[in-house]
Amino acid sequence: MAKLESRTSLLSGELERFLGKMLLIRHFERVVEDRYRDGEIPGFVHLAIGQEAVAVGACSALEPGDVITSTHRSHAHALAKGTPARAVMAELYGKTEGCSHGRGGSMHLYDVERGNIGSSAVVGGALGIAAGAALAFKLRAEPRVALAFFGDGATNSGLFHEAMNLAQLWKLPVVFFCENNRWAESTPFAQHSPIADLSERALAYGMKAIKTDGQDVEAVRSATNEALAHSRSGAGPVFLVAETYRLTPHNVGDPQEYRDRAEYEQTRATQDPIVKLREKLRLPDERFAELEREAETAVVDAVEFARHGTDPDPRDLFDYVYA
Amino acid sequence: MPENGTRLSYREAVRDAMSRAMRADPDVFIMGQDIAEHGGSQKVTLDMLEEFGPERVRNAPISEMALTGAGIGAAMLGMRPIVEIMYEDFFTLAMEQLVNHAAKERYMSGGQLKVPLTLRTQGGAGWSSAAQHGQQTEGWFVGVPGLKVVYPSTPRDARGLLWSSIYDDNCVLFFEHVQLYNLREQLPEELEPIPLGKARVAREGEDVTVVAIGPLVHEALAAADQAGSDGISVEVVDPRTLQPLDEEAILASVRKTNRCVVAHEAVRKMGFGAELAALVQEQAFDWLDAPVERVGAAFTPLPFAPVLERAAVPRREEVYAAIMHSVGRRTDGE
Repeated sequence: MAKLESRTSLLSGELERFLGKMLLIRHFERVVEDRYRDGEIPGFVHLAIGQEAVAVGACSALEPGDVITSTHRSHAHALAKGTPARAVMAELYGKTEGCSHGRGGSMHLYDVERGNIGSSAVVGGALGIAAGAALAFKLRAEPRVALAFFGDGATNSGLFHEAMNLAQLWKLPVVFFCENNRWAESTPFAQHSPIADLSERALAYGMKAIKTDGQDVEAVRSATNEALAHSRSGAGPVFLVAETYRLTPHNVGDPQEYRDRAEYEQTRATQDPIVKLREKLRLPDERFAELEREAETAVVDAVEFARHGTDPDPRDLFDYVYA
Repeated sequence: MPENGTRLSYREAVRDAMSRAMRADPDVFIMGQDIAEHGGSQKVTLDMLEEFGPERVRNAPISEMALTGAGIGAAMLGMRPIVEIMYEDFFTLAMEQLVNHAAKERYMSGGQLKVPLTLRTQGGAGWSSAAQHGQQTEGWFVGVPGLKVVYPSTPRDARGLLWSSIYDDNCVLFFEHVQLYNLREQLPEELEPIPLGKARVAREGEDVTVVAIGPLVHEALAAADQAGSDGISVEVVDPRTLQPLDEEAILASVRKTNRCVVAHEAVRKMGFGAELAALVQEQAFDWLDAPVERVGAAFTPLPFAPVLERAAVPRREEVYAAIMHSVGRRTDGE
């Protein structure tokens, strides 16, 4: 019931804006893959292709003072939270103009000013931090919420359970946002979770749980709104599960030999959140092409910016170790 | 109570620093297991619940990892939390959060974040607490860039260093020793903050420098008395902060005495003392008249049986033997 009441009906103009953001993320990720394969981007990269609606829907619901924590698959979250593509790309290139000044890389994107307090590349590693940020909000009586992104694999980690328990016990304003993409790297959901419905995890803690379709940006936005309203009201944390799909390997270079080819192609053909939103909006081809061009232009610009960025000076090696 | 201050135990000195910070600053709060009504397993937080209430003296479930994470998160958002970890052995449960997050959030963010979090803990041998409640773990953390490690040996240092730890903008691991809690010292009414990274010369001497931490400072002072009656003048230096380390104070002392003994209660082999010995040989080799002597626990889990525990852990006798070895004298009576 509450779900229906809080569901907002978005104007198509807003949904179009979401589509533009999702296209930006999609093109960004494609170009990152390309540049990585060419050896321009060091380290290793995890793409969020297939999960764009989750990042955009969730981040669009946040208020300016809210904060997020992210994961090793962090590009979409950073872009959705408003970090310019230039700053994210420059970070992937290891440049000082990057959003972590070249000290983080793909798995450690930060933009504290915009409320992204960081991505943990240790699975589930930021859940306690999100609870702690929420504790600070509670102690200072600020109407702010912390939202922690993590995947289905993280729900088996010890910290997930400790943080869920602590947050509910202390009624902290934190949304535990699980992107269930059904893979923990190469391990399928059925091999790592003893329950089919992840939202049941919340039952053990007496925590409010919400389920949503992670391929439908409007549904994600609405579910996140409901979760945020609950937490912001002082009623405590929410466990939000978005059912989504990883329409890409675990990381660039992963041959995905563990994944059934037919299932993969079928899922890609039927579960693309961008295709779904385009159909929902009944967007004319011209308008869609225009949005795609805008995204492409922004990513081309970001790559040029990153390529011409400044390498950190080895003389600054010790910067930021201690405050 | 004397007019010019108060005689405080090490336990009370720790409590005093926390309470003063919490009175002065709403951003300071403490959380940990059994710290509220119970006053903490070692009674360090006794009566703090009454003064500050349950929101700021937060009794916590047995979840060291989430508690440490929550401390990091609250610190990143600008608060100055104190987390009490009941025994330093239990840092193992929070290791991931300490090493991958507390130490690195500032670095990985390119300087956007600070983690002004203090984790207080205690432990140590001497009461048959056995292998999971008495080991010394401070040496595990000194090699993690981004963390600071403090280990006071006196009430004055505990109070002044804890204040500075709370107000440091980095994550500080603050080690207390269970055998020091009842040690008393006359302290001035006004709290004197002691900067992190500054050693203290606990006793001046001419012939041998003993660099000792925690309870071994007191063992070294006793050993120095004994050596004094043998005509050996011993200087005792307490680094107080292990990370960052006051290298200059240690080197200045060794350059004066030309001999060095390092002593801690943690295991000797692969211990923090090895770093001290390396520092001395790298920076003061030409001043040394004898090899650096190392005193530390045997390389075993901490034993339960009192006789075994005593055999494993160094006390004044072992420090005295090392001093005498350093000056070329035998202590076996032959």
